[in-house]
Amino acid sequence: MTDTNVSFVRHEQIPPSPPPPSQSGAIKWARENLFSNWINSVLTVLALYFIIRLVMGATPWFINGVWDADSIRECRDILTAAGKETGACFAVLVDRWDHLLFGFKYPQDAYWRPTLAFILLIAAAMPALFYMYVPRKFLLGTAAYPFLAYWLIWGGSLWVPIVVAAAIIATGLVFRLVESLNVSTRTLLAGAVGILAAIGLAYLLFLGAQELRFIAGSIGSEGLRIIPFLLFWAASIFTYVFFIPMGIFVGYAIYDDAERGGLVTVVTALLAIYVMLVYLLGPVSSGLNAVIPLELQAVPSRDMGGYMLSLILGTVCVSLSIPLGILLALGRQSNMPLIKGVCVVFIEFIRGVPLITLLFVANVMLAYFMPPQSNFDLILRVIIMITMFSSAYIAEVIRGGLAALPKGQYEAADSLGLNYTQATRLIILPQALKISIPGIVNVAVGLFKDTTLVSVISMFDIVGMIRGPIQQSTDWISIYWEVYLFAALVFFIVCYGISQYSQWLERQLATDHR
Amino acid sequence: MNRQMAETQEEVKMKKTVFLGALAVAAVTGGVASAATLDDVKARGKLNCGVTTGVPGFAEPDANGVWQGFDVAVCRAVAAAVLSDPTAVEFVPTTGKTRFTALASGEIDMLARNTTWTFSRDVDLKFEFTGVNYYDGQGFMVPADLGVSSAKDLDGATVCIQTGTTTELNLADFFRSNNISYEPVPIETGAEAVQQYNAGACDVYTTDASALAAQRANFEDPTAHVILPEIISKEPLGPLVRHGDHEWGDIVRWTLNALITAEELGVTSVNLEELAAGTNNPEINRLLGTEGDLGGMLGLDKDWAERAIGVAGNYGEVFETNIGENTPIGLARGLNAQWTDGGLIYSPPFR
Repeated sequence: MTDTNVSFVRHEQIPPSPPPPSQSGAIKWARENLFSNWINSVLTVLALYFIIRLVMGATPWFINGVWDADSIRECRDILTAAGKETGACFAVLVDRWDHLLFGFKYPQDAYWRPTLAFILLIAAAMPALFYMYVPRKFLLGTAAYPFLAYWLIWGGSLWVPIVVAAAIIATGLVFRLVESLNVSTRTLLAGAVGILAAIGLAYLLFLGAQELRFIAGSIGSEGLRIIPFLLFWAASIFTYVFFIPMGIFVGYAIYDDAERGGLVTVVTALLAIYVMLVYLLGPVSSGLNAVIPLELQAVPSRDMGGYMLSLILGTVCVSLSIPLGILLALGRQSNMPLIKGVCVVFIEFIRGVPLITLLFVANVMLAYFMPPQSNFDLILRVIIMITMFSSAYIAEVIRGGLAALPKGQYEAADSLGLNYTQATRLIILPQALKISIPGIVNVAVGLFKDTTLVSVISMFDIVGMIRGPIQQSTDWISIYWEVYLFAALVFFIVCYGISQYSQWLERQLATDHR
Repeated sequence: MNRQMAETQEEVKMKKTVFLGALAVAAVTGGVASAATLDDVKARGKLNCGVTTGVPGFAEPDANGVWQGFDVAVCRAVAAAVLSDPTAVEFVPTTGKTRFTALASGEIDMLARNTTWTFSRDVDLKFEFTGVNYYDGQGFMVPADLGVSSAKDLDGATVCIQTGTTTELNLADFFRSNNISYEPVPIETGAEAVQQYNAGACDVYTTDASALAAQRANFEDPTAHVILPEIISKEPLGPLVRHGDHEWGDIVRWTLNALITAEELGVTSVNLEELAAGTNNPEINRLLGTEGDLGGMLGLDKDWAERAIGVAGNYGEVFETNIGENTPIGLARGLNAQWTDGGLIYSPPFR
């Protein structure tokens, strides 16, 4: 056996030779993507030209930046002395760093408190944002976070938020307890609660009638004022006539519903939390504080400012407006005309009014409504207004999600014998919310940036700080690009983060087959 | 603790009432202020003083967050006269849009916020101006290479102007009465205006002459810009209070007058203590309370004016430290010199 007459057989494959240079690597990519035809080539060249011009213009400004100076004049002197033609005055960021982050009135020795609250915010948000990786019991920490953060930022006695938290938990227990009662006990309770509610409501209406009469009296009945005078007078008489029948009606309705028990549980829980917050909160928390004082220096809302204020407003309003938006969206789809009507009017009214108008109402008009000495916390007023505004938008986004669900899903839920709550919680909302994520995130990012509007009602969020105390100070008179670029940067970090998270969440939840 | 509880209860009661009549109470409380502001301030232990959100030299928080400035000094003097403590002031920053509602609604006790004293603000908005602490006037700034020497040559110019102020109306009046046209570029804050002006978005920047001078002094090249000779308006700036509480208005008015009179009589922060021991000038004695009882007539004690002057010195000293020629703002006294030096600053006599 010799190999001579056997034709050549290759035993291994030849290694592939590299593609020609014009068909590989950067050149190929550039040819395919940047210079595929003449329009594309022209655009590429133009874009490159502008990018280079921009970089060439901006780079010296950044590189020559002065980081150590006490005023804009000193800064310019340094630049001139160094013979530089252009240069940024980043020294303003160093000089007013604390003010940009915390506002100019937050006590300096307490800066660690909002900083700690911010770090804890990230920790507390983890279980909610990455719920698939973090054990569920960590959500308890998330629930406790708002109380802790309130204490850290506003200071005062720790017992106040603890007692409020305890009151909320106790209310939940009351709710459970009433739900679990048997029918005869519940009827008894409904009777008692009905009587209480009837008396309470009648009393409130009576006070209201008096107030209306007082207002009518102080308007007077001369000239054109006769119209509001008559209106208030009529409203007062109406309330006087009906305050007892209304009380009895509501009380009876609660008693009558005892068997099903929906009204009586809700009203008892509401009564419980009202009693606890109004009559127990003050004495209990100050009593506990007298025994074990846990106090931080209290900081009034007026002293909040800087990026901290933007973050407070953004976080609180977004996290409040999502549940509120869900409720509004469900309410708008409801079959009950009253609830549907209220939701529709609320959503349409709020969406029809610019946010800045609502903020002016919160700041300026409410000051007229209140007696001069009462100061209803300004931040709270603003939070309420922004939350209302964004919840109306989120409600519409979620309504879109609800409408996108095939009708079969609703029918399937019904055919399984699920009631409304179960169907909504288990079938409808999980799907509808998944569809709505991009929309909700869009509203959230927009809302976070809209918080800068509070600067027009003389609150010093980061933009308010820049436009007021920094640009108008003798030291940094009319400084412009440096501070606004800084504000843009800090907002970009947060908004880009939110947007990346939402894209990740969408991928996590993608269960459809594409 | 008892007091605290009583207070919370009172608050709850108040909130309840507010809740019931919230919307309608507007008609009642709007414009109605509690009669005795002095008692309120004393009970509170703090003076709520409305200031700007920042005007260089006039009111601005420094790097430590402490308010400084020419208008701020008036607030501090009033606080020192009333509460014996120049730091017992809650500065409430207001914008041009929110300042009057803040005062009318009682959120602040007085407003010291370069506000021009005009007929309609005094009469129609129901405020009481308690004097003038700075006489200003509206001027024009143009780049020197534009070659304009008079505001009457500005036909067809684009003008940067802050909205919501009297300067807007003055500008319209001036151009109409001279039969020339202009194109306004409305702008919200002074910093934006300067930015726009320097970027060439407008040919002319107009605002109060004091602000023009301050901004120009801080330009990269001040000589490249000129302030035109025409001053087209009278802008007497001063503190104001609400109508209806004349006792309080008197306190603010005479605190300002005390600062002005102190300069006229040569009472300064340096010799204040020495003069307060008694002098042979009866007017100084009346001012500083060693003779007569002017403080008692105001509802204050004898040393009120001494304390007010003690905060930062007399009117001239306050001027020099905050906006005078040795500061970066660099304003000359001009109209704001004492009447004895040919200016308009003039206080009625203390007797």
